[in-house]
Amino acid sequence: MNDSLFAQLVSLCAGLLLLSGVLIVWRRSLTAQVRFLALQGAALAVLVAVIGDYQTSAELIGVAALVLALKAVLLPAVLNRAVARGDAGQLETPVINTTAALIASSLLTMLAYVVSRPLQAAGSGPAAKAVPVGIALLLYGFLVLATRRHAVSQLVGFLMLDNGIATVAFLISGGVPLVVELGVSLDVLLVVLILQVLTGRIRTEFGAADLDDLSELRD
Amino acid sequence: MTLLVLLPGVVCLGLAAATALRPRAAWGRLAGLLGAAAILASGIALVAIVLNGSTPTAAGGLLRVDALSAFMLTVIGAVGLTATWAGLPARSGPNPPGRYVSMVCLFLGAMSVAVLADNLGLLWVAVEATTVATAFLVGHRRSRHSLEAAWKYVVLGSVGVAIAFLGIVLLYAATLSAGTPTLSWSVLDHTHPPMDPALVTVAAALAVLGFATKAGLAPMHSWLPDAHSQAPAPVSGLMSGVLLSVAFYAILRVQAIVDPVIGPDLMRNLLLTAGLLSLTVSAALILRQRDLKRMLAYSSIEHMGLLALAAATGSTLALTAALLHVLGHGLAKSSTFVVSGRILAAEGTTQIADIRSLHARRPGLAVPLLVGMAALLGFPPFSMFFSEVAIVVAGFQGGLGWVMAVALALLLVLFAGLARHTVRMLFGASHRDAAAETAGGAPAVRLPTAPDRSAHGPRVPLAIAFGVVAVVGFAAGPLASILAQAASVLGGTP
Repeated sequence: MNDSLFAQLVSLCAGLLLLSGVLIVWRRSLTAQVRFLALQGAALAVLVAVIGDYQTSAELIGVAALVLALKAVLLPAVLNRAVARGDAGQLETPVINTTAALIASSLLTMLAYVVSRPLQAAGSGPAAKAVPVGIALLLYGFLVLATRRHAVSQLVGFLMLDNGIATVAFLISGGVPLVVELGVSLDVLLVVLILQVLTGRIRTEFGAADLDDLSELRD
Repeated sequence: MTLLVLLPGVVCLGLAAATALRPRAAWGRLAGLLGAAAILASGIALVAIVLNGSTPTAAGGLLRVDALSAFMLTVIGAVGLTATWAGLPARSGPNPPGRYVSMVCLFLGAMSVAVLADNLGLLWVAVEATTVATAFLVGHRRSRHSLEAAWKYVVLGSVGVAIAFLGIVLLYAATLSAGTPTLSWSVLDHTHPPMDPALVTVAAALAVLGFATKAGLAPMHSWLPDAHSQAPAPVSGLMSGVLLSVAFYAILRVQAIVDPVIGPDLMRNLLLTAGLLSLTVSAALILRQRDLKRMLAYSSIEHMGLLALAAATGSTLALTAALLHVLGHGLAKSSTFVVSGRILAAEGTTQIADIRSLHARRPGLAVPLLVGMAALLGFPPFSMFFSEVAIVVAGFQGGLGWVMAVALALLLVLFAGLARHTVRMLFGASHRDAAAETAGGAPAVRLPTAPDRSAHGPRVPLAIAFGVVAVVGFAAGPLASILAQAASVLGGTP
């Protein structure tokens, strides 16, 4: 793979990641959010494969397959089960309206470019240039966590935050050592499974998976 | 030696698997105890080995034991043994469900791996695994409250620790651009690769922020009182007594790596802020606590704040005192949490207002509660008296005089609040008597029931734990040398 093709492919994947992030912030339907999260996972997997091919690292190609299986197939399937249990097609009412959320996401994107300066200093080339995209996804994840009150949306926000961190990791250093990568993937999977089970319990206990009901413990 | 390093993880994972597969086995209730005993045994053996001057490794260098790791492993074993032994269900009662025991074993194993790991990535994986293991333990009672606590705990804990992972990733990138890609802190400690200071600064701040969430330092502490008050008492004891310290251990490791690169100022300022905020938050909220377990949880935030101040000071005296404090707090807090669980079982409540004249009615519970609170308040001869004094003295020596003055004032408030609640529970007149007296009548005539002297559970582990906390402050010899070595691992300045 020559340098210009690599640069184009990295930019394409980064664009897809950012787009899917904005779409998740935009859409209020849980089903759509999960679908875009799967798209984001697939874009991340392609990005990893592209970096792996460029660095001719068989290990990274393997990691790309792992990312594809986990983030584009398995985790969205878990989330879909959590959605299907109760409120498929439900539109949630976020704390802020869609326009405000989109404006916030554009501001966060700019913030991501500002705060990524010291990170980009570490490397050069197209991969390092795309690092702000990962930070932007991380910030979108926080935005979703802070403004959505449905349990499944919180899961989506957490996974987007995780995707953002993974994007930074792959762009800046070609990922972490394989043992760590495997452990991290397993942990994320288990956390999501636990949260899915808890979502089900919240739904049976409170009648809906709306987290505004979770406000009985306070001082 | 390799076997000793692998022992805690292997035994705990094996027990977790066995109890998950055979939930009805009669020995199942002892599984947590066995796991903790294995950790303690290998911890003490490793302390002896490390004091002989070697640093055992295992699993291709992923696990490595220096003085600090060996000490922390011993603390996990000791506190784990206290909590699981003292928390054993009555023999006549039903066995706890297999999944509960299994998760406790997994929890103990994950904490052991966290302190034995010679790799920040593996340390992160183990810390996150503790969240996984404790999630269902917090939600064990399946009530609305425990469900809410579990949800907040998992979401905040995972998000916080994810931020720490970003920090670790950036640290890895810094080592990569310095030419030696590694996450092993022993390599980083010894070779000091020329890392980019700007990148390391960001990495350190993120890693501390993330692990501080797990360590319950303010302002990322909001999950802690909920989770620690809703979990079953032995689990609360483990979470308060060691899990917080394990997360704090991660901060100490990060500090040891980044301080030589970017100087001590960043970490010192972060830790001072977190420490003072934690003390302020707990002091502000302890006075109006209505629940015994929440009160104990806020006391944990206080002690973590003290540890943060000690780490910010960074001198050998401060770090040695901090490690002694970890041991004393772990044993005293886990025992007191177990006692609070027994009070819940006997009295049906942990509301402070509903627990009155416990000393007259249930001396079997009142005495351990009194001893535990005395230890937590820092009365001599308990070791926390010495470690707190040493932390404050080290702070004054290290030029942090005004910080320590503020901290002392806050500690005084905390002392007053905790003491007031404790005295009320132990000796306070019950509501009914007080109401009768204010109404002008004679106190309600009570049937002369004999006081309940039963301890409602094993006495021996509590006696051992309190005994150790009482004498450990005076114990020289091996403890002093392992503490000194552990502090020098962290690069304490004399």
